[in-house]
Amino acid sequence: MQRVAVIVFPGSNCDAETIAAARQAGSDAYRVWHRDADLKRPDVVILPGGFSYGDYLRAGAIARFSPVMTAVTEHARAGGPVLGICNGFQILCEAGLLPGGLMRNARLRFLSRLVRVHVEATDTPFTCGYEPGAVLAVPIAHGEGRYVVDARTAAELEAGGRVVWRYTGENPNGSTNAIAGVSSPGRNVVGIMPHPERRNAPVLGGEDGARVFLSMEARYATQHAVDVRAVGDRHLRV
Amino acid sequence: MTRATPFAGDPRITPDLVREHNLSPEEYRRIEAMLDRAPTFAELGVFSALWSEHCAYKHSKPVLRTLPTTGPQVVQGPGENAGVLRLPGGWAVAFKIESHNHPSAVEPYQGAATGVGGILRDVFTMGARPVALLNSLRFGPLDDARNRYLFAGVVRGVADYGNCVGVPTLGGEVDFGPSYSGNPLVNAMCVGLLKEVDLIKAAAHGVGNVLLVVGARTGRDGIHGASFASEELTRESARRRPQVQVGDPFTEKLLLEASLELIASGHIVAIQDMGAAGLTSSSAEMAAKGGGGVGVEIDLARVPIREPGMTPYEILLSESQERMLLVAKADRVQDVQAIAAKWELSATPIGRVTDDGLYRATWGEQVVVEIPAQRLIDDCPVYHPEAAEDPEIARRRASRPTPNTKHLAPDEVLLELLDHPPVASKRWVYEQYDSTVRASTVIGPGGDAGVIRVRDADFALAVTVDCNSRYVLLDPYEGGKAAVAEAARNVACTGARPLGVTDCLNFGSPERPAVFHQFREASRGIADACRALETPVTGGNVSFYNESPEGAVDPTPVVGMVGLIAHAERAVPSHARVTGDVVFVLGETRSELGGSMLWEALHGFVGGEPPRVDLAAERRLVDFLVAGAAVGLFRSAHDCSQGGLGVALAEVAMGGPYEEPGFGLDVDFTAYALRLAAVELLFSESHGRAVVTCPPERGGAVAALAQELGVPAHRAGTVRERGGSLRIRLGDGEVSHRIGRLRDVYFSAIPRRMGD
Repeated sequence: MQRVAVIVFPGSNCDAETIAAARQAGSDAYRVWHRDADLKRPDVVILPGGFSYGDYLRAGAIARFSPVMTAVTEHARAGGPVLGICNGFQILCEAGLLPGGLMRNARLRFLSRLVRVHVEATDTPFTCGYEPGAVLAVPIAHGEGRYVVDARTAAELEAGGRVVWRYTGENPNGSTNAIAGVSSPGRNVVGIMPHPERRNAPVLGGEDGARVFLSMEARYATQHAVDVRAVGDRHLRV
Repeated sequence: MTRATPFAGDPRITPDLVREHNLSPEEYRRIEAMLDRAPTFAELGVFSALWSEHCAYKHSKPVLRTLPTTGPQVVQGPGENAGVLRLPGGWAVAFKIESHNHPSAVEPYQGAATGVGGILRDVFTMGARPVALLNSLRFGPLDDARNRYLFAGVVRGVADYGNCVGVPTLGGEVDFGPSYSGNPLVNAMCVGLLKEVDLIKAAAHGVGNVLLVVGARTGRDGIHGASFASEELTRESARRRPQVQVGDPFTEKLLLEASLELIASGHIVAIQDMGAAGLTSSSAEMAAKGGGGVGVEIDLARVPIREPGMTPYEILLSESQERMLLVAKADRVQDVQAIAAKWELSATPIGRVTDDGLYRATWGEQVVVEIPAQRLIDDCPVYHPEAAEDPEIARRRASRPTPNTKHLAPDEVLLELLDHPPVASKRWVYEQYDSTVRASTVIGPGGDAGVIRVRDADFALAVTVDCNSRYVLLDPYEGGKAAVAEAARNVACTGARPLGVTDCLNFGSPERPAVFHQFREASRGIADACRALETPVTGGNVSFYNESPEGAVDPTPVVGMVGLIAHAERAVPSHARVTGDVVFVLGETRSELGGSMLWEALHGFVGGEPPRVDLAAERRLVDFLVAGAAVGLFRSAHDCSQGGLGVALAEVAMGGPYEEPGFGLDVDFTAYALRLAAVELLFSESHGRAVVTCPPERGGAVAALAQELGVPAHRAGTVRERGGSLRIRLGDGEVSHRIGRLRDVYFSAIPRRMGD
């Protein structure tokens, strides 16, 4: 069982379900308040969705200056896994842990709907449980989700296999190359716009998002030589 | 005699000033008699707010008293911030609907946003965590630019606020009609969950306990909002724009978390939102609810203000948003402040609970308001306005559309209806609302009712808001019944047992007999239907004076309903899901085209006798839907309402907003409702009907259950292949369309009109 720190900003609003999803996958998930500088020795850090500090200026623009982000950056620079979901992705970009930025959606309206994404990279801690090429139905809910990078960076991301998820069918928000999620060069930092934590049980319409959390737990189990099969049999069925 | 002295610079009380405060000469005499002196300017403001229709229900109270409000499931009926119903496992649901029509008419974005903010606070001040939002919206036709502006602005305001706070918007309704041009209706409903033992109320008690104001600072925005909402809109109303409050959902989110933590902490004994009439109504109501001898005293000079030089009058009447008033135990003030500080909020002591039964506001040492607390609330006059039906409505009810204005085959009619904005998909709207935050959404917008699960419990809740104002206009009694019946059908289609109602009664001026007739009769209809369906009314809101120079809005009593599904995984969706399933039509189809979409869309005609609601038959249908869902008989269930069976079957076939490409449907009506012509059969809006699909091997059980419960069931056809066609065979014609074509028309009708 790994320790998962879920960072809570005053305007985070997806922290409860993110913690629940991590716990459902077998992790020991706990909250870290934005004013804490101590992450309490996590194996993984998750920045959940929401509106961090209200985001009236630009999503994530203030959050990156919060005390907790120094510790998150150190964790990331040391190779520790960090996942940013929606607002968390925005914060990771603002903090320079991921390239590019998230701009207002192409139609300038908030967009909440089910989308389909193609899993392109399975070498990250958060997608290693998916089969390459799998297509997932997951919800998006954002006003600023149009991923924008310059042409050179986009080419680097593509060539380096750092596009983690890509919208398939419709590109809902006008993102560069229909990118829905990217990773850092070391693969340990991942940002995604869709919300896997909202799609992890049949009663919620599907469980395509569950493996994001199972992936990180299984990877940890492998690395720490506990009973991998228990996790694998119970959840992964890859 | 109470004592209070004018504040330096206060204007003199003149008859003109009294009139500007929307108080009648008779009401003013009552005030003088109560105080045994002339009121101060601040007191005049206090009476103006608390004796406004918005706060005092002075025209509606006698009618509201006729609504059924009790039942074994009722924990808290009308009178608190929100109603509360009992759920399994010690859980309870707090819910309420409220209007924000007037502010939205002059400033759609902020008006709608602050409407959402207010209703959220009403629910979390009961100690409940908000888990779902809904809204009911009305606008003028979309061919008018101003209406499109209001529509877009309201939707964006609702979206930005709810999305930021992190409460899913699970559904609602949007309707369009000429009477709402320039007179939009914006009703917001919030549903919250709590453990019954954690319920907290708004009554001040404990002499010496301390009143604190928590949250945003007080500014000059929204002064007189409550009295503004209690007058007609005029050409001058745009000048009221600065009176519309500005919302800050981020502060709301902090206030929500801080309030729930404060309630759980046990440091506080009462909490109240500062909504309409701000500090005045929250503090005065707290005092009055405290009962015998309880009073409160507040020092207005201690209220944190946003701008310098604010007077006692302004501080009392400001409607600045995101503020709460709470009563802390005397020795816990610092603990309260520590919790507030954690959420970056200030909590400022401004007064205390007293035992002199007076509502007193001071400025330092100077008393500027002193009124007997109980009488301030109780002595507001109650009016029994005259009621008489407008003869023009009786004429419309007796009329029919001019024949031969347009003659279309049933299958062309269906396309016209799916393209008609009141019928067409509202995806353009609900795609702007976060409907999945909290990861509890079992059925999102676009179905019959929204359904949420409750983590750590088996059950789920179904929620809906409904009203067809055309029926209410033509026959307010039947229309009131119909709003409740449709809400119950929607909730029951998901498999939920209807539990209770909150209502938002939107009408014109009650001082006009024709309007008061609509109000009284619609309320009688709601009351009868709620009794028949055992869904007590636990609260709500009356919004009168929805009038512009062009006239009153169509009567729009919106019914919000909550239902209970015992096991979340048994929730039933609205759309066909499996090829080969059997299609049943439940209920009876009669020739009832009065107030129909058919007549409105094709002939621009709203008239005729609206469909009658047989409450006993509705009850049987609800029982059937709930019983069938509980044992997993149905694969889908969909209510049949606006646009009749034609539209209902098309919706079953088209599938949900993201369930492309839908399923084909083969339906045979050659032996159904034989006396009806094809367009009547397909587009009549008879109540008490639903369409269900089930696996073929369950067909017998469905028919048997229907027979046992006395619900007419017609085995009408079969679900065909994905992305196939909708085919309906009729005695005198046929409907046949590719599902893709239907989806195009249905989902693009509103985006096309909004220019994208």
